[in-house]
Amino acid sequence: MNIYVILKRTFDTEEKIAIENGKISEDGVEFIINPYDEYAVEEAIKLRDEHGGEVTVVTVGEEESDKQLRTALAMGADKAVLIDDEDVDYGDQYSTAKILAAYFEDKEVDIILGGNVAIDGASGQVGPRLAELLDMPHVTTITKLEVEGSTVKIERDVEGDLEIIETSLPVLVTAQQGLNEPRYPSLPGIMKAKKKPLEELELDDLDLDEDEVEGKTRTLEVFLPPEKQAGKVLEGEVDDQVKELVSLLRSEAKVI
Amino acid sequence: MAKKVLVLGEVRDGELRNVSYEAIATAKEISEGGEIVGVVCGESVNDIAGSMIHYGADRVLVVEDENLKTYTCDAYTQALMQVIDAESPEGIVFGHTALGKDLSPRLAAKLQSGLVSDITGIENTGGNLVYTRPIYSGKAFEKKIITDGVMFVTIRPNNISALEKDESRSGDVSKVDVTIKDLRTIVKEIVRKTTDGVDLSEAKVIVAGGRGVKSEDGFEPLKELADVLGAAVGASRGACDADYCDYSLQIGQTGKVVTPDLYIACGISGAIQHLAGMSNSKIIVAINKDPEANIFNVADYGIVGDLFDVVPKLTEEFKKVLV
Ligand SMILES: Cc1cc2nc3c(=O)[nH]c(=O)nc-3n(C[C@H](O)[C@H](O)[C@H](O)COP(=O)(O)OP(=O)(O)OC[C@H]3O[C@@H](n4cnc5c(N)ncnc54)[C@H](O)[C@@H]3O)c2cc1C
Ligand SMILES: Cc1cc2nc3c(=O)[nH]c(=O)nc-3n(C[C@H](O)[C@H](O)[C@H](O)COP(=O)(O)OP(=O)(O)OC[C@H]3O[C@@H](n4cnc5c(N)ncnc54)[C@H](O)[C@@H]3O)c2cc1C
Repeated sequence: MNIYVILKRTFDTEEKIAIENGKISEDGVEFIINPYDEYAVEEAIKLRDEHGGEVTVVTVGEEESDKQLRTALAMGADKAVLIDDEDVDYGDQYSTAKILAAYFEDKEVDIILGGNVAIDGASGQVGPRLAELLDMPHVTTITKLEVEGSTVKIERDVEGDLEIIETSLPVLVTAQQGLNEPRYPSLPGIMKAKKKPLEELELDDLDLDEDEVEGKTRTLEVFLPPEKQAGKVLEGEVDDQVKELVSLLRSEAKVI
Repeated sequence: MAKKVLVLGEVRDGELRNVSYEAIATAKEISEGGEIVGVVCGESVNDIAGSMIHYGADRVLVVEDENLKTYTCDAYTQALMQVIDAESPEGIVFGHTALGKDLSPRLAAKLQSGLVSDITGIENTGGNLVYTRPIYSGKAFEKKIITDGVMFVTIRPNNISALEKDESRSGDVSKVDVTIKDLRTIVKEIVRKTTDGVDLSEAKVIVAGGRGVKSEDGFEPLKELADVLGAAVGASRGACDADYCDYSLQIGQTGKVVTPDLYIACGISGAIQHLAGMSNSKIIVAINKDPEANIFNVADYGIVGDLFDVVPKLTEEFKKVLV
C-alpha cells in the first residue's frame, strides 16, 4: 500500500503563549508533532505492517520541521518529505492544501492519514480541503480503521456518537483520540531514522508560484484573552457558601 | 455592500440546532442588509424549515432526498454545490459542529475560497468584516478577514446570540430538486452514545464531573443538579478513563470544546488539557476539596469542600430560588 501521513509541527500543549511584535512568540518554545497527527503516524505504521507497502510522512513548513519528521521516521515511517513554504507571504489553510495537492498530483496514493485538527491553528480544514483537491472522499475524526482489499471500514466519532462507515480506497481520513496509542520511538528506531530518506522540496519543485498559493484570508491581529480576575473562593459554613454562590450567580454573574 | 448569504440549517432529532439560529444572526451581520437564505437538507424536513424565517432568514430552501437523511460528505457536497450554483451567494455560514467542520472546508476548496473556522465574534469595521477566533486552545485569539472567493464561516456554538424569535415574520419556503449520485462513503450504522436531553456542545449550563466523583453512581448528584438547571452533564478525561461515564461526555483538548454561560466543575483538578476545552466559558464555578487545585486559578467562584456535601445542597438551593 502507498500510505501517506500529513503532519504538522506545533507548540507543545503545555506551552504558555506570549505575543511579541504582534506575533505569537516562538522563543524557547518546545515543538512536537501535532498530537492527532501522532495517531495518524501510528495507524499508518500499523497499516503497513499488516498490508505491506510504505509510509511517507509529508509536512509543509519551516526547515525546523525536520525534527518532527525524524521523530515520525523513528516511530517507523519509511520516508519523509519537507516542503519549505518560507517564500510565501500570506499563507493559510488554502495554501497548505494547495501545496500538498501539488505534491500528491503525480503520486499513486491508496490512503492519506492526518489529524482532525492542529492544536495551534485549530481550523480542521487541511484534511477535507486536500481530499477535495485530489477528488478523493474523506472521513474525519476516525477512531477505528480496517482495510480489506480496496474496502475500508471506519468508525468515526460524531460529537460523542459513533458512526460506522464503509468506503473504498483511495481515501483521506483524519484521526481522533481513541484511534490507537502512539508508540514511543525506540533507541534502534532513532538510530535507523537518521539514515532514512528525508526529501526537501521548494515550491519550484512542485511547479508552484508564490502567487498561486497565497491565502484567501489574512490575519490582522493576534491577542491574548483578558487576564482572568482572581476568582472568589467563598468562605464560611458550607450552607452559607452555597447560598452565597447561588445569589452571586443570579445577581452578580447573571447567568442563572 | 449588501450580500446574499446562505445559512445551513442543521437538523438534529427532528429539530434545528440552536447554532443554526446563531448562524442566521451571523449571516445578518455579513449580509449588510442583503438577503439571507436558509438551506435545510434531509429526508423530510419541510416542516421545520419555517423556523429559520422566525429567526431572521428571508427565505428557506428545502432540499429533500433520501441520501441526505444522514450526513455524508459526498451527498452533502453535491446537494450544496447545486444550491450554490443556483443561488450564487457571496457568503455561507455553518455551525462549527461535526457536520460543519467536515463539509465547509470541502466546499471552500471546491470554490477556491477563504474559510474562517470556529469564530466566536464578528465585527464590521469600516466595511471590513473582521472575524475573531480562538487559537492555541483558547490561550490566544486572532482577528481575520476573508480576501477572496465566497466568504465561508463556521461559528462556535454559544458565542454569537441568535436574534429574537419573531413568529410574525413570513417568507418563502420552497423545495429544490437535486441529483445525488455516485456516493463513495456509506453510513452503515449510527450508534447513539450521547444521552437524550441537553446537547453538550450547545448547552448554556454544564455540570461537569472529574475523578473526584469516584464512581458511576457518583455522577447522580451532578445529574440532579443539571436537571434543576436545565444543564448538560460533562466530564474530565479522568472520569472517562476511570469508566465513571462515557467518553462522549469528555470535555477538553481531545474531547468537546464548550463555551457555556456557566460551567460547574466538580472534583476536577483543572489540567491544562481539560482547560483547553472549557476555559473560555463565561462563568466558571469550581467545587474541589483541594484548595490548591489548579481549577481555582480559572474559576470565577470557588467552593473548597467535598462535592458530595456541596452539590446536593446547591441543588436544593437552586430548587428554592428557581420556582
Ligand atoms: C505558505 C504558508 C504561509 C503561512 N503563513 C502563516 C502565517 O503567517 N501565520 C500563521 O499563523 N500561519 C501561517 N501558515 C499556516 C496556515 O495558516 C495554517 O496554520 C496551516 O495551514 C494549518 O492550519 P491549521 O493549523 O488550522 O491546521 P488544521 O487544518 O487544523 O490541521 C488539520 C490536519 O491537517 C494536517 N496539516 C495541517 N497543517 C499541515 C502542514 N503544514 N503540513 C502538513 N500537514 C498539515 C495535519 O494532519 C493536521 O492534523 C502558513 C502556511 C503556508 C502554507
Ligand atoms: C494528550 C492528552 C490529552 C488529554 N486530553 C484531555 C481532555 O480532553 N480532557 C481532560 O479532561 N483531560 C485530558 N487529558 C488528561 C489530563 O491531563 C488530566 O489527567 C485529567 O483532566 C484529569 O482529570 P480529573 O481532573 O478528573 O482528575 P484528577 O487530576 O485526578 O483530579 C481529581 C480532583 O478531584 C478532587 N476531589 C477528589 N475527591 C473530591 C471530593 N470528594 N470532593 C471534591 N473534590 C474532590 C481532587 O482534589 C482533584 O483535584 C489529556 C492528557 C493528555 C496527555
